[in-house]
Amino acid sequence: MVSRILETPVWEVVDSIAHEEVTAEEYTAATLERIKKVEPKVHAYIAVIEEPSLTKAREIDKKIKRNENTGRLAGLPIAIKDNICVKDVKTTCASRTLENFVAPYNATVIERILSEDGLIIGKTNLDEFAMGTSTEYSYFGPTRNPWDTSRVPGGSSGGSAAAVAGFEASLALGSDTGGSVRSPASFCSIVGLKPTYGAVSRYGLVSFANSLEQIGPFARDVRSCALLMDCIDGYDARDSTSSNRVLGQFTDCFDESTSGLRIGVPREFFEEGVQEAVLKTVWGVIHRLEELGLKYKETSLPMIKYALPAYYIIAMSEASSNLARYDGLRYGFRVPDRSLNWNDVFSKNRRQGFGAEVRRRIMLGTYALSAGYFDQYYLKAQKIRTLIKRNFDAAFKKFDILLAPSMPVLPFRMGERLKDPLALYMCDIDTVPANLAGIPSISIPGGVYQGLPVGVQVMAPPFREDILFRAGQLIEESTKIDKTVGEFTYV
Amino acid sequence: MSDEVGKIKIGLEVHCQLTSLATKLFCSSPADYRERPPNTNICPVCIGTPGSLPALNRKAVYYATMVALALNFKLSDRMLFFRKNYFYPDMSKNFQITQYDRAGGVPFATDGYIHLDSGKKIRLGRMQLEEDPAKLSYDGTIDSSTKTFVDYNRAGVALIEIVTEPDLKSPREAREFLNKLTSIVEHLGVSDLGLEGSVRCDANISLAGGRRVEVKNISSFKEVERALSFEMTRQKSLTSKGISIAQETRHWDDVRRITISLRVKEEEQDYRYFPEADLVPVVLSKGFIKDVKSDMPELPKERERRFQQEYNLSGETAQVLVKEKGLADFFEDSAKYSKNAREAGSWLAVDLQAFLNEAGKELADLEITPKHIAELVDMVSNAEVSRGAAKTIFLEMLKTSKMPRSIAEEKGLKVIADSKFVEDVTEKVFKENPKAVQDAVKDEKAINFLLGQIMRATRGRVDPAVANRIVREKLSAVKSSE
Ligand SMILES: [Zn+2]
Repeated sequence: MVSRILETPVWEVVDSIAHEEVTAEEYTAATLERIKKVEPKVHAYIAVIEEPSLTKAREIDKKIKRNENTGRLAGLPIAIKDNICVKDVKTTCASRTLENFVAPYNATVIERILSEDGLIIGKTNLDEFAMGTSTEYSYFGPTRNPWDTSRVPGGSSGGSAAAVAGFEASLALGSDTGGSVRSPASFCSIVGLKPTYGAVSRYGLVSFANSLEQIGPFARDVRSCALLMDCIDGYDARDSTSSNRVLGQFTDCFDESTSGLRIGVPREFFEEGVQEAVLKTVWGVIHRLEELGLKYKETSLPMIKYALPAYYIIAMSEASSNLARYDGLRYGFRVPDRSLNWNDVFSKNRRQGFGAEVRRRIMLGTYALSAGYFDQYYLKAQKIRTLIKRNFDAAFKKFDILLAPSMPVLPFRMGERLKDPLALYMCDIDTVPANLAGIPSISIPGGVYQGLPVGVQVMAPPFREDILFRAGQLIEESTKIDKTVGEFTYV
Repeated sequence: MSDEVGKIKIGLEVHCQLTSLATKLFCSSPADYRERPPNTNICPVCIGTPGSLPALNRKAVYYATMVALALNFKLSDRMLFFRKNYFYPDMSKNFQITQYDRAGGVPFATDGYIHLDSGKKIRLGRMQLEEDPAKLSYDGTIDSSTKTFVDYNRAGVALIEIVTEPDLKSPREAREFLNKLTSIVEHLGVSDLGLEGSVRCDANISLAGGRRVEVKNISSFKEVERALSFEMTRQKSLTSKGISIAQETRHWDDVRRITISLRVKEEEQDYRYFPEADLVPVVLSKGFIKDVKSDMPELPKERERRFQQEYNLSGETAQVLVKEKGLADFFEDSAKYSKNAREAGSWLAVDLQAFLNEAGKELADLEITPKHIAELVDMVSNAEVSRGAAKTIFLEMLKTSKMPRSIAEEKGLKVIADSKFVEDVTEKVFKENPKAVQDAVKDEKAINFLLGQIMRATRGRVDPAVANRIVREKLSAVKSSE
């Protein structure tokens, strides 16, 4: 049992641990061993939490032996993106400015994972402050794709996705501001969900663009993804934007039939700059669903063509304000020079504490909010955002789900797009609409093209994650992914 | 003079903490930050720890709604919070969560007003709910200090900002306006404005044709009249010398009691206001507003009317009493303990005010209680002391806080109704003033001189009725003996 345990679907592992077929300690130790093997090549983690995880695993085993109740995540090692606060653990956001910042409290999602007996196995790498699509903009160096370590894992939650894809964690949390969960899920061929805005508390998630982002779960299969979502979602009084709607148990949704699901295929997601291999793979998935008896229809969401600029204006504007607090006064990087006035100290701390991409976005966002440009950029972007929402509302009157590529391109080589920020921004073209509209969206492995993964994106109306999971499982069942072609994607 | 006064325009921006709240505006740290060691009254939210999020204090919305209704504001039915972005060490997040009336922003309330005693209407442009920044202090003065100390204990405390139109025409009007505002806020019970730092005021002042000067850092309402008077005089004297007034921001130095130039207005600072997406829009339902209205305590105007009816006070006395909630409460307690509320009102509205003005003190500085006033009032009503003696007792009482009856006894100020004693005094006065006695025999009116002499000889202690009776008896005796 132990030898194959890492490959067993995570939702089954919970049962195995509960029935003492394998101990939480053995499972955790196997995961830690795997981390030792894979990390030197992949670098998914900024910090691995080794001993405390083993200790906690032993406690869980004792609880099970004593027949005490255990949580739904009992014994599962879960990786956490390093922009989510874990008490008494460094939360760096992969930034020099927070290199030594120790979070004084747990994010709500962490509290919930701990109360379900999940283990926090480590903090994963990301683009600095979640600003990027390749996990190359990290102060601690890039993460590599476990399928092909010469390529990027996607981003910004690349560390979490790589950890799950490479069996370095059972499950993981990322955050998705404009695709940061779905992009690496797609590039690493795992399942990644961007929940409805307000479905998961953001308390303890270090803000990048607070009107757009959500914490989301990663897993190697759809049901396990639903399990983690069940454990983290729901109302939180500490996040005013969290919804008080009662969300059902998504793990129960799989019994419902998927027949009759109406699929919309929005043209705009298949146009500009989408690679042939991606188009072929996504259409392949659509046709397999058709063979299973589902009906699809092409449709149009005309405002989507403005989504990318609107997204970047809003995200950068919010970022310029959200990141203003990193001045080195209360925490974080601080220049040693004590002879300067506070204005110069703030400037120096920020210039040296932030990387180039973060500084670029702060500058652009500050510009977009400035008097004289505000109407032209920020307000106009907000208007586009409203129109995009309306496009989705209209589409969801006709369709239950919209299906599209997650990423317009295959996982690219390390460094390939670093010289051209716009080329990197273009990678978000298919993921940002869901963030602007606040709707849930999931990336499901759709196939492997010449050894490189392609993800399929499914979008649904607000708070209909259940449909995403059901449709996701259907795609999962109809798609055979050969994991043996990757470097670290099989045990 | 009145011509010149008419040419001044003053606008005020008042910040007032909602000190009656238990917690800060967006977190659960206590709102009462005073007298705590620096940076101990804080939590992740109010010092802007990464990942923390604000959660709106509902009670603050309730209190702000009360204030808005009491100041005749139009409430916004769906209001937003905005971020005001600027780098300064007193801002834990380098932005302040506030409200805004442009760029799609909706302040808490708009278009309110307050009536002055003259009936003049002072328009209030808008009211906002926002968070207080941290407190900065310096090693010595602001311009010479090499260090800035930041204390976040205050950061995040709920503030309401009230902005007037430039309707005030003199420092005195500004003061009256602020007194009215204070009384209303205190009657609502949302804030204790006596607490240090609970109110702050910025003022705009301009002479006809002159530029607008902003005076910042006026840390109490009492200082406002002083600061404005100084600034008015400064601007007038510059103008009379032919020097034009620069548009600038000046700082009120309450130690030296002068305004000093902080910065000459270069360009307007760009605060890059935009919506605070961490907070959802606040919607005030009709039911909520109805609840607030029905829970509203009595306001100064209503109390003034009630004082006239219930206690038979003159309009003028009632008006003076409700100027300060503390005074109005003091009056009502005094009235409760004494038989003559009207008399108590007059002591408090006239005599006490005269004393406080002259001494530069406030009621709160004194240690007398309503029982002091009630006892004095009853002593006068019972003719235990003469009115003249009562005034002496009153002043002594304010200084020493002793009860009036014991002062009267100590000082021998009790009325003497003992006929034997009065007869002896009268005898003596008659002997010393034979001419006056002759006059009084002929002329009724001259009797007052003799009574006055008796009062003088006894320092007003003699019961006037008794003295009057005895003088008349003695005069008729003189008359019949002639
Ligand atoms: Zn706090």
